[in-house]
Amino acid sequence: MRASFVFSEVITGLRRNVTMTIAMILTTSISLLLLGGGLLVVRMIDKMQDRYHDKVEVAVYLTKDVSANDRDCGKDPCAALRSSLETNGQVDSVVYENQEKSFERFKRSFEGNPELVQLTRPEALPATLWVKLKNPERFDAFQKELAGKPGVDRVADQGAFLDRLFSLLNGLRNGVFAIALLQALAALLLISNTIQLSAFTRRTEVGIMRLVGATRWYTQLPFLLEAVVAGLVGAVLAVGMLFGFKSLFIDTVFAAPIRAGVFPKLGLADVAYVSPILVLVATVISAVTGYVTLRLYVRL
Amino acid sequence: MIRLEHVTKVYKTSTRPALQDVSVQVDKGEFVFLIGPSGSGKSTFLRLLLREDVPSKGLVEVADWDVAKLPRRRVPKLRQRIGCVFQDFRLLQNKTVAENVAFALEVIGKPRHTIKKVVPEVLELVGLEGKADRMPTELSGGEQQRVAIARAFVNRPLVLLADEPTGNLDPDTSQDIMLLLERINRTGTTVLMATHDHSIVDSMRRRVVELQLGRVVRDDRRGVYGVGR
Repeated sequence: MRASFVFSEVITGLRRNVTMTIAMILTTSISLLLLGGGLLVVRMIDKMQDRYHDKVEVAVYLTKDVSANDRDCGKDPCAALRSSLETNGQVDSVVYENQEKSFERFKRSFEGNPELVQLTRPEALPATLWVKLKNPERFDAFQKELAGKPGVDRVADQGAFLDRLFSLLNGLRNGVFAIALLQALAALLLISNTIQLSAFTRRTEVGIMRLVGATRWYTQLPFLLEAVVAGLVGAVLAVGMLFGFKSLFIDTVFAAPIRAGVFPKLGLADVAYVSPILVLVATVISAVTGYVTLRLYVRL
Repeated sequence: MIRLEHVTKVYKTSTRPALQDVSVQVDKGEFVFLIGPSGSGKSTFLRLLLREDVPSKGLVEVADWDVAKLPRRRVPKLRQRIGCVFQDFRLLQNKTVAENVAFALEVIGKPRHTIKKVVPEVLELVGLEGKADRMPTELSGGEQQRVAIARAFVNRPLVLLADEPTGNLDPDTSQDIMLLLERINRTGTTVLMATHDHSIVDSMRRRVVELQLGRVVRDDRRGVYGVGR
């Protein structure tokens, strides 16, 4: 088969329906952009899970009485509590944090909010035993075990906050994927429609080619490649927009939380990691759509 | 070379069969006219040979191919061995004369150097040397038909089917085209030509198969158009 023949047919085909081609490329690229955005969120979640997983700790807040009187956990009930935790098979490590240290950490966490720090007295913060569980999933059982023991005020899972954060991000990802899917459907129908239109405008020519003995494959490959070329252009456009989106939006709007370490930094490498996936998806989807359309709707 | 046995073709939308119990045999190297008024089934006859349609009943054979039973993917192979020429020429409008002829060779995967050699030869045979680089729209009807014949003949088909090839041409040009078809026939190619041009059929004195309302009503070894009417 002549490469030049196929190539020139593809170019003519794309130029003939220029408006449809543009519509096809734009919908494809927007759909891929959303997909790429979703994939970036997924990567962000992965990074955050890596980062936070080993930091997730259980806070055992101690009663006011213990907090006020025990600076180094040397007396019962604190000492007894600590030694029982240290021998507990589920516990990885235990660290005691007295009122002053709690207050220092509080000041650090809220250094952006000096009024709050001024209003807070060290006595208002409880002394805490920071416990790291071997298996953070077992928090519920652990909490039941400790509840009501002497000196224990409250047991809190720091993971609960992270869970909320993650569920927010997961929701964001799902939303983006849902829109991407709808948009992909639109792109799919447009690709199918464009191919049908292309085949229709060239039905006489194709009919002649078939009469001379051209195979179906020979006459239809240009239509298929038209779809793939449009898909690829869409993918390239989407990748470009993704890079633009990264430097114009993520790097500016999320600059503060990224610096503060709440969100992990999304680098160009992450976008570069996502890009080939988009190109691959675009190629496969447009090729499959094209093939199915030609099989089902185009009788030439 | 061509064999139809008890062939019936019924179109879904029509009450009367387009062809009814038609049996015709054409031997290798024959020149046969297929005549009859519009709607008599000539075009259907040719469509069946090209596998543009399948018969409702009966056997269609072209050069040992059981055409009706040919799987779809083998159809191109059949068409590559049949040349066809139409009243409306059916040239690729965006290709030059030479490219149109070359296309029939490209399709069957002939190497480029063969194409380069063969195309000018065939164009010379049909009398179009020097017009290789013209576009179809720049040619007269007769010239366009010559291009179509060149394309049909270029890979030496076993059979040449012509559906009213002179239908759009004036008598003199028609005569030239007939001479060309005759010359092709003399190379051993079987020619089957559907027409209702009286003068051509009468002057050639070749075998005539006449269809009426989908039935064969006459098959003369050396016929004329209007016998018995």
